[in-house]
Parts: sequence; structure tokens; C-alpha cells
Amino acid sequence: MKKPVIKAEGLTKIYIRGTEEVYAVNGINLEINDGDFIALMGPSGSGKTTLLDLIGCLDNISSGSLEVFGKDVSKVKENKLVGLRRGHIGFIFQEFLLIPSLTAIENVELSLYFARRPQERKKLLQLFDKVGLGHRLNHLPKEMSGGERQRVAIARALAVSPKFLIADEPTGNLDTRSSQDIFDIFKKINKDEGLTIILATHNPKLGSQADRVIYLKDGRIISKEDASL
Amino acid sequence: MNLFSVALKNLTRKKVRTALTIGGVAIAIAVLVSLWGFDTGYQKSLNNDIDKMGYQILVTAKGCPYEAATLMLQGGGGLRYMNEAVYQKITGDPRIDKITPQLVATAYDTTKQEGRGGISLYMGIEGSYLTLKPWSKFKSGKWFSSTDANEAIMGYEVAEYEQRAVGDKIFIPGRNEVLTVAGIFERNGTQDDGIIFLPLKTAQKIFEVPDKLTGIGIKLKDMRELSKFEEDLYNEPGIQVISLAQVKGTILNLVSSAKAMTNSVALIAVIIAVIGVVNTILMSVFERTSEIGVMKAIGASRLDIFKIIWVETTLICIFGGILGNVIALVGGKTIEYILKQVLPYAPKGHLVVITPHILALSFFGAVIMGFIAGIYPAFRASSMKPIEAIRKGE
Repeated sequence: MKKPVIKAEGLTKIYIRGTEEVYAVNGINLEINDGDFIALMGPSGSGKTTLLDLIGCLDNISSGSLEVFGKDVSKVKENKLVGLRRGHIGFIFQEFLLIPSLTAIENVELSLYFARRPQERKKLLQLFDKVGLGHRLNHLPKEMSGGERQRVAIARALAVSPKFLIADEPTGNLDTRSSQDIFDIFKKINKDEGLTIILATHNPKLGSQADRVIYLKDGRIISKEDASL
Repeated sequence: MNLFSVALKNLTRKKVRTALTIGGVAIAIAVLVSLWGFDTGYQKSLNNDIDKMGYQILVTAKGCPYEAATLMLQGGGGLRYMNEAVYQKITGDPRIDKITPQLVATAYDTTKQEGRGGISLYMGIEGSYLTLKPWSKFKSGKWFSSTDANEAIMGYEVAEYEQRAVGDKIFIPGRNEVLTVAGIFERNGTQDDGIIFLPLKTAQKIFEVPDKLTGIGIKLKDMRELSKFEEDLYNEPGIQVISLAQVKGTILNLVSSAKAMTNSVALIAVIIAVIGVVNTILMSVFERTSEIGVMKAIGASRLDIFKIIWVETTLICIFGGILGNVIALVGGKTIEYILKQVLPYAPKGHLVVITPHILALSFFGAVIMGFIAGIYPAFRASSMKPIEAIRKGE
């Protein structure tokens, strides 16, 4: 029996736009277990990013309940969420969002610094080898291709040994070849290390390679497909 | 990797912008250091000038005290005359330790300053002059051969300037008199370096003011007698008593009003520099919104972000402070030259004295400036919500 990592019931996020209430996420029930590899799919504005923000503890929920590693986060204040994220959740973004003035390895070291973890050179080198970037340690982001930058971002997320990984359109800015390469890294990490991965993507070809695909529309789950079935 | 390295590397991203901001701080600090240096240097030089006069009181003919003060510092007396009888009268006063009569005269020398002309200063003195100034030593030659000899003793600088040696003949412009150089004083760092001394009687004869003096320098046995002594002399007609403490006060008063003005300019420079720093850092914070968001997403606390931005601001101000000190040290001579041209009375010696104390203080000031300038941008950055920051930056 797998342990649940994330458990959401009636999870709702409402934004106020002018006088209008927008239900970005609307009453979602979801359970994600340790070792799951889940792809969130759906059209733009369907609520994928908002759902990832909520389960990534980047934003407060409006109503419903949300448990992350068994902890009820629905009542945790925004400024306390950082303690939950730090060292427990790894983030990967479409725009890579590396610090441009820092080299590849420094970007990763910084995340260790923020997570209050030791910066062990040997482990970092192994990590860079794992993402296939052992030769680009001391390059600045501007000197790297999109695929390479995303690998650095993956290394940054993995360095702190997170309990799960959140990737929002990680291949959105990459060509087909690089997209598959990056996706293969995710698959490998999930398979070899059993790391839980929740990934949003527009690409059905990639999405279908996940264990489970969750389709969203207008903030609601419209179907859940289990690839193993 | 730590916050300090992150801050330092961030500053190198926009090199020109960082350099300009550092330059702004440097100019403000340089102005501050120069002003403090001037404050210290001027007072020190003025004290030195006045202490090296050897006397505490100068008796002169009645006239404008400001004019008297300035002229006295430039040569030992106002160019108004009093009768030598005054000297004879007060010289026996038992409260007096040392006393010396002086006659200051000027002549316009058309050959001075490469043909542009200038004033030559002459002073008639007696042997008692040296007892008041025991530090006056002869570089060469000796004292006048008699009390009415047609001889001169030259101050160090004027002798250097005119390339004179003992035995040379010198000519007083417009007076048709030739004097023989009997001696040359060593440099003593006061106005005496620029004066040509004559025996009192010779000076009275050449400048056609027999039995006249421009001043009497007095040193009392006991300084506590000063006010009583001054009071007694007020009763003498046609003379005024100037104590050097008063002169010092008068000059410092004149300077302090100018100082208030320059201090305000320095303050404005500092304020502008602070605004410049705040503006630059704020701009860079807004440009890095998504970066700050991602740092918060991956675990940076509010304090971490605050520290990064604060360190960046403080580093700018520290670099500015160091550069400003260097500029002030290197440019001090130029500022001194300008001040000497502008000031009504500039003492001998260095006008701008930049002490380690001033350098340390201004550096400390720059650090404080950084602390203050950094608060708002650091607060803005640390208050950003990670999710909004990431989305805004995308």
C-alpha cells in the first residue's frame, strides 16, 4: 500500500478579477501517492498551473482541504508555507528561471543554501552527471541551450532531495528532441528513485508516457486515466 | 555559495549602471571628506599661524577690526599708524613678559608674478622680535649690524623666490633705497616666510613714517591678566587691542558661515546619492521579480531575500565610500588650490588635512548610507509573494 503524499478534497481556489470571482480550481478531489508519476493535461486556463501552485504550497487555498505529506496546509499562512516547501518540494518551470549571474553549479548550490543543506561538491557532480550536464558546470545560463538550462533546473530541484517534484510545462520552451530527453530524465528519476512527479504539459505524446494522466477543464477534473490499466 | 556571493554577482550584471551608482556615492563621499578635511586643516593651520606669532596681544592703531585681523595675520599689523610713544609708555608695565614694536609696510613690485605685479611685504623690527619668536633661526647670515643699517633679513620663501643670498643688494620699488641682505631665516611655516625684515629705524626712514608703528606685539607673564590688561589699554587714545584669541574667533566665524553653506551642499549630495542608490536597486529588484519569486519558491526566506538586496545596496555604498576617499585624497591638492584662491584669508600650510579619523568616519558614513538606502528595496523584494513574482516575471 503506497503512502499518500498529497490528498485534496473539494480543493478550490478563487481569484477576484474586478468584481468577478474566478474559480481557477473548483472542488477538486485528488490523491497522489508516493512514487506516482502524474501528468496534468488540459487547455490553457484549465487550472493546471493553479493546481500545481496549490499542491506545491506556493499559494493559499480558498476552500476545501489539502494535505501535503500528511500535514493539513489549508490553514497555514502564506509566509509559513516556505517552511513546508523548503527542502521538501522541487520546482521546475517552463521558463527555467535560473539566476542569470550564477553558473550552473552555483544555481544548484544556492538552492542547497536556501534549504539549509550542506553543499557537497561530490554529490553535486554526481547529480550533474545524472542530468547529463557534467561538462557544463561552470557555464552561465546564457551560454547554454534551452534543454541544458532545463537540466540545470532539474538538478537544482533534485539537489535538496525533495519528497516530490512539481514541473509546470517543463518542455514548453523546448524542441521535440529536447522535450523527449527531458521527459526521459523525469521517467528515469521516477523509476530509479521512486520520486513522486507531478507534471503539467500540453503535449499529449509526452503526457501519455506518465503513469497517470489527469485532464482538467475550467478548474475541474474531467477524467483520470491510469496508464497501467 | 552564499548570499554575499549572490549579491556581489548581481552587481556585476549591469556593470555600467552599478558603476554610475557607485560614482554618485563616491562623489558625495569625496565632497564630505574634503569638507571635513578642510575643517580640520584650516583650524590646524590657523592655530599654527597664530601660535607661531609668539604674542597673545597686538596693539594697533584704531581701525576696522576685521581689516586689522586680516592684515595682522598677513604681516603683523594694520596699515594704520600709531606713535612710537605708546610703545615707550607701556613697555615698562610689570605684567609684560615680552614686547616688540613693528612697522609693516608694503610696496607694489611690478616684476612679481611673472610681470603681473604683486605686493611685497616689509616689516621693521627690533631685536626683541626674536625673543618672541625663539624658533626663528638663520639659514644663513646674521642679525642687522646696527639698529639703523640699510640691511634686510629675508624670510625663507621670499629669498627663495627672488633667488637671494647673503650679501646681495635688494631694491625697494618706488623708494630708491638699496639694502644689503644680512641674513635669511629658515622656513618656519608662517607668514614670516614671505616677509622682508628691516631694522625698525631703517624702515621708518625709508617709508617716511618717523616715530610711527603699525603694531606692538605683547606676551604677558600671566595670561589670566589678559582682560585687565586689555581694559587698561582701552583708555589709551587712538589704539585698539586685539587679542589673538579674538582674531581666531573672528576668522573662524567668517569661515563657519561659509562652512554651513558647503555642509548643506554636501548634505544635498549625500541625499541625491542615497536617492540614486535606492532608485537603482529598486529598478534591479523589479527587473528580477521572477528570480526573486523562484528563490522564494525553492526555499529562500523573507530574511534571505532582504539580506541579498541589503548586501547589494551596502556593497555599492562601500565601494562608493572607498572610491570617494581615494578621490578626496588624490583631489585634495586641487581643492586646496581652489580654496586658497577663493578664501579671504588662507593660513600657511595645508588647508585640507584628511586624517585617518576622517577617512574612517566617512567610510562608516557610507556603510550607514547603504544600510538606510537598502531598507526599502529590500523590504519590497522580501514582501513579494513567490507565485505572483514568478507569474509577473514570466
